[in-house]
Amino acid sequence: MAAISREEVAHLARLSRLAVTEEELDTFAGQLDVILKAVAQVGEVAAADIPPTSHSVPLTNIFREDVVTPCLTPEEALSGAPDAEDQRFRVPRILTEDVAS
Amino acid sequence: MSDLIRMTATEIAALVAGGETSAVEVTQAHLDRIAAVDDRVHAFLHVDTEGALAAARAVDERRAAGEELGPLAGVPVAVKDVLATRGVPTTVGSKILEGWRPPYDATIVQRLRDAGTVMLGKTNMDEFAMGSSTEYSAYGPTHNPWDLSRIPGGSGGGSAAALAAYEAPLAIGSDTGGSIRQPGAVTGTVGAKPTYGGTSRYGLVAFSSSLDTPGPCARTVLDAALLHQVIGGHDPRDSTSIPQPVPDVVAAAKLGATGDLTGVRLGIVSEFVGEGAEPGVMAAFRESVDALTKMGAEVVEVSCPTFAYALPAYYLIAPSECSSNLARFDGVRFGLRVGDDGNRSLEEVMSLTREAGFGPEVKRRIMIGTYALSSGYYDAYYGQAQKVRTLITRDFTAAFERVDALISPTTPSVAFPIGARTADPYQMYLADLYTIPTNLYGGPGISVPCGLSEGLPVGLQVMAPTMADDRMYRVAAALESAVGTLTPPTL
Repeated sequence: MAAISREEVAHLARLSRLAVTEEELDTFAGQLDVILKAVAQVGEVAAADIPPTSHSVPLTNIFREDVVTPCLTPEEALSGAPDAEDQRFRVPRILTEDVAS
Repeated sequence: MSDLIRMTATEIAALVAGGETSAVEVTQAHLDRIAAVDDRVHAFLHVDTEGALAAARAVDERRAAGEELGPLAGVPVAVKDVLATRGVPTTVGSKILEGWRPPYDATIVQRLRDAGTVMLGKTNMDEFAMGSSTEYSAYGPTHNPWDLSRIPGGSGGGSAAALAAYEAPLAIGSDTGGSIRQPGAVTGTVGAKPTYGGTSRYGLVAFSSSLDTPGPCARTVLDAALLHQVIGGHDPRDSTSIPQPVPDVVAAAKLGATGDLTGVRLGIVSEFVGEGAEPGVMAAFRESVDALTKMGAEVVEVSCPTFAYALPAYYLIAPSECSSNLARFDGVRFGLRVGDDGNRSLEEVMSLTREAGFGPEVKRRIMIGTYALSSGYYDAYYGQAQKVRTLITRDFTAAFERVDALISPTTPSVAFPIGARTADPYQMYLADLYTIPTNLYGGPGISVPCGLSEGLPVGLQVMAPTMADDRMYRVAAALESAVGTLTPPTL
């Protein structure tokens, strides 16, 4: 049995903001199925009472002095932006018209 | 061929410091070499000729003014395209960042500049450092200088190939699951993954933040140690940076080079010397173990049973972190924007941009990560993988109570032909079978050339406890003193 269906892959692509093609969906569905079946092996390990590790360095609450240090100018910060206006990143519309009105 | 390009970084630095050659002459020799061979190797995505010569002139002027120079001043270095370089294109091997010129330097790049090294350019890599062959670069593959029809490893195949092709004496890589060590192994060069947190990630384009570790690549262990010393150490701009000094890896490399390992206890990872590796790889590894024993090391086998689950755990943890990290490529602040016709919504433009800008492996990993983190699957996949990570760490800790360092082959196979594994993504993943446990644990690992199989290089991996990077340099340098450096065929 497949670990993941073509429809589920299409859903993942939407969640991931990837406008994948129908052809890609065919390819990815098979490949993700192989990968997910392989990685599911982690379930064979008895680990019910084992605490999870998210990070190998046990550092928490790293603070610095609250002083102003040099940083990028607005021009530098915007230098790589696809579109900018009035020292801001310019984006396509976020709300649809019927919501906005 | 110019002698300068065959020299080690140590030799070049001595000649520059002694005034027997200039940084400009050294830099020009390497730029000439790149011009002569890189159309065949394709190690570089961008060669910064003007910047390199300007940096070299500055070193020569400082020397002429009587300034004391650092141990690597005037030595050229190639930088993996994963690190931000001010004003110099940084693509991460992806179309989504094509043409991006960062407004700042990564901490490591800044330290390279401060040390008077000369950045030649940016090296090719699998897109976003996801891959084991550099074939997933959006700009075409890099070719292994040992056999141009074969892969140079990945993701840092460009850095390793640049060393093996004598285009640079030093290079920077980054290692999330083996991307420094595995390319080192298959190109006959040295690649070291420092302790996680021992080298700054500030300015490193993130793939998997709890695993990504930048580090040194070189043709000799001592050169790698000198580079490690220059780039390593605490960085207040990286909150996961360890606030301790770098262990004296240079002294350790020099100690190892004496060829005396008396009193050093080494453990062969039982799980990594079974049926998985090619016979030729195992033969070279066994010969190296004999050499290490002759130098006085006590070698035993150590079982680390959960290492068998490192690969599946890694391919849940790394994609999960990547699916989150790569959300920043939204077509707003930097890089590509596709489909913004004035009518489409932000979400539509975002989806079209990411579809056009990311390659297939990056898309696969983003979707796997999204799956592993989604409610209903989280506990069985990402949560369980994190628990396995704890058990892998415990295996390392238990092993290091018995031995000073662990050893294994770096990779199960020698360099495979270009195209051999791209149709089967999971086959590609297996190239990192032996390198991944170290990343999950966070300790240091190094690959050092240990012989040839079928005329192609084989690497031996040394793994040490966290913040004991010096130990792996000692063992690697000792093995190097017995095996010697490997010389690829003339290009």
